[in-house]
Amino acid sequence: MLLRDNMTISQKRAATAWLFLLVPVIFFMVVRFWPTLQSAWISLTEGPLMGPREFVGIDNYTRMFADPEFWTVFINTFEYLAIGLPVSLFLSFVVAYFLDQVRLMHGFIRALYFVPYLTTAVAMAWVWRWFYEPVPIGLFNQILSTVGLPQQPFLRSMAQALPSVLAPAIWAGLGFQVIIFLAGLRAIPDTYYEAARIDGVGRWTILWEITLPLLKPTLLFLVVVSSIGFLRIFDQVYNMTVDGQGGPLNATRPLVLNIYNSAFVDYEMGYATAQTMVLFIVLLAITVAQLRLLRSK
Amino acid sequence: MIRRLSQTIAATALGALIFGSSASAVEIEYWQYYFAERVDAIDQLIEKFEAENPDITVKHTHFPYAQYRTKVAAAVPAGEGPDVMQFYYGWLPDYLKAGLVQPLSTTTFSPSAIEETFFPIVERMKVNDAYMGLPTAVRSLAMFYNKDLFKKAGLDPETPPATYADLVKAATAIAEHDDAGNLLVAGITATPVSQDAHWWREVLIRQFGGQPYSDDGTQVAYNTPEGAEALHAYTDMFMTHKATDYGFMNESQASFAAQRAGILIDGSFRIGAVQKMEGLDWGVAPLPSHDGITSNYASYWVNGISAAVEGEKLEAAEKFLAFLTTDESMQLWLDVVGELPAKPAVALTESNANDPIYGPFIAGLETAQTTSFVNESEQRKIWLDMIDRINIGGVSVEDSLAAAAEEEQKLLDSFYAE
Repeated sequence: MLLRDNMTISQKRAATAWLFLLVPVIFFMVVRFWPTLQSAWISLTEGPLMGPREFVGIDNYTRMFADPEFWTVFINTFEYLAIGLPVSLFLSFVVAYFLDQVRLMHGFIRALYFVPYLTTAVAMAWVWRWFYEPVPIGLFNQILSTVGLPQQPFLRSMAQALPSVLAPAIWAGLGFQVIIFLAGLRAIPDTYYEAARIDGVGRWTILWEITLPLLKPTLLFLVVVSSIGFLRIFDQVYNMTVDGQGGPLNATRPLVLNIYNSAFVDYEMGYATAQTMVLFIVLLAITVAQLRLLRSK
Repeated sequence: MIRRLSQTIAATALGALIFGSSASAVEIEYWQYYFAERVDAIDQLIEKFEAENPDITVKHTHFPYAQYRTKVAAAVPAGEGPDVMQFYYGWLPDYLKAGLVQPLSTTTFSPSAIEETFFPIVERMKVNDAYMGLPTAVRSLAMFYNKDLFKKAGLDPETPPATYADLVKAATAIAEHDDAGNLLVAGITATPVSQDAHWWREVLIRQFGGQPYSDDGTQVAYNTPEGAEALHAYTDMFMTHKATDYGFMNESQASFAAQRAGILIDGSFRIGAVQKMEGLDWGVAPLPSHDGITSNYASYWVNGISAAVEGEKLEAAEKFLAFLTTDESMQLWLDVVGELPAKPAVALTESNANDPIYGPFIAGLETAQTTSFVNESEQRKIWLDMIDRINIGGVSVEDSLAAAAEEEQKLLDSFYAE
C-alpha cells in the first residue's frame, strides 16, 4: 500500500499493465517457450519414451543431415510453400477484388467461400481423396472420361501427387484469405478512388497505383500466416496418401509428417525433435524476415 | 433422541467406509483399435468377465486404426493410457524399445504352459523367458470369392482356383474393362493397404522356391531370381494380365463388397465383415498352391499389460488377460470376429475344421509362417515403395526388388546392431 502511494501515476499505470500482462506472459512461458526449450534438449538425447534419456550431443543432427529422405521432405516442404503461397494469394485476391464490387447477395457468396475454412481438414481430405480416384468412384476422372479425355493418376503420380494434395489445402484456406483481403480493400478510403476517377484514371492504373500499394500490410500479413501454414502442412497429406506415408515414393511427404513418423511410429523422440528444431528455425527465419519487410514499409 | 440419531448416522458412515473399502472396486482400462466385430466381441467378453468378477470394472476404449499407435505412444508415458491393451505382434520390438509394455508374470502365465497349449507362433512374444503378451486369436489367409462374378465369367463357382495358374486364368476371365480400357470389375483385388505384402512374402516367395529372410531373421533373402519370380506373380496381375488395377477402389474389401472384384485374398478377421455384405454370394477357398507347394501367413494381435501398471490394478489386469485367453473366450472370438482360436485344442475341433468358412483358414495354419518384423510400419513402407516404383516409377521388378532388399537389410542391420 505504501509502495503504491509513493508511485507516480505513470508508474502505477505501468504496474497495472504488467500485472495484467503477467498472466499471458506466464501462460506463454509455460505452454510455448518451455516446451520449445525442452524440445531443444530432447533433440540432443536418445532413449525410450519412458525412462532416462542419454545425452548424445549433435548425433541426431548429423544423422538427419546425412539422410537423403530428410532432404527429400525438406524440398517437398518448400515446394508446398512455393506453389501454395502464390496460387492461394492470387486466387483469393481475385475473388476478394470482384466480391468487393458485388452488391447482390454479397454476404451469401462470402459465406460460401468461407465454409470450407470451417470444415474439418480430415473429412475434407477424404472427400478429395475420393474425388481423385480412378473410375468408377472418382469424380474428377469420371468427368474427364465423360468428356473423352484420358484418366489422370492424380495421387498415384510422382508429378501430380503434390499439387493434388495441395489443392484442397488451398481451397480450404481461400475463405480466410478472402475475408482478410476484403477487410483490407474496405479499409482503403473512398476519397482516393474518387480523386482518381475525377482525374480520369483507368481501372488497371487504379489497381496498380492505388489498391495494391495500399493493400501491402494486408498482403504481408497473409504472406506470413500462409507461409507458416504451408510449411506446416500435415492433415491433408496424412489423410490423402496411402497409409498416411506421404507417398507415392515420398513425393508428397512434408517435414511435419516425417517428424510425426519419427516420433509416433518409430518412437525416436530425439530424432523427431531434431527435425522439429530445424522447422522451428526455418519458420522463425521466414517470419522475422517478413516482419522486417513489413516494418520497413 | 438426537443422540440415537447421531449414533445411527455414525454407524452408517462407518459401515459405508468399511464395505466401500472391502469391496475395493478396481477399474481397469482396455484399449484396442476400432474394428466393429472386435469391439463387439470385447464388449461381450467384458460383460461375462464382470459378472464373474464383480469387484472389477473394465472400461473399454477404442480408436481408429490409424491413430491407435499414436494414442498408445502418447498416453502410456503420460500415465493416462490403458492397463491392458491390444497390439500387433509385429510391433513388439518397437514397444520394447519405447518401454510401453511389461512382461507377464511367469507364475500366472507360465511359459511352459503357454508353449504346451498355444500354437507355436506365439513364441515370438517370448523375451528373456517371459511372455510380453498373449493372443486370444490368430489369423491366417485364404481366398474369398464372388460366386456370381464366377458364373458371369463362365467359371464354375464351386471349383475355385486351386493353383496359381488357375488363379491367373480366373482373375483374367472375371476382369471387365470399358472401351477406353478403364477397369470396371477387377478379377482379383490389389491395393496398398491389404494383406498382399504378406501373401507375397510368406506365400508366393516360398511357392516359387525362395525364402523371404534367413532362418534367424537377420538377413533379407528375397533378392533372388525366385523372389523376383514371386514378385512378378503379384505385379503381373495388374502390369501384364490387366486382371486388376493396383489400388482399384482404394480398399480391397470395398471393391469386393461392391461386387466389383471377383477374388479377395484376406485374413480370417474379414469373415465377420464379409458375412454382413448384403446380396453377396460368396465362398472361401484355401490359397492357391504353386508347384505343389502350399504356404500361408499367420499373424495375431496380443493383449499385453502396459508398462506402469502395478498393485491391485496389475492384479486385475492379469485376471482379465487370463480370462481373455480361456477356451471359452477364444470360441466366442471365433464366432463373433471370425479369427481362429490361438490354442490348437480349441481351433482344431472337428466342427471348426470342417466348417466351410473357417475350414480353409484353419487348414492354412498348418503351413503358416509368421514374419519376424523389426519395425513393422517401416517394413510395410518398403513394400509399398517397391510396388510404387514398379507401378508408377517404371522400374523393373528386378531392380525394384534389389532396392527394397537393400533398404530392408539396412533396417535389419540397425535393429540387430542395437
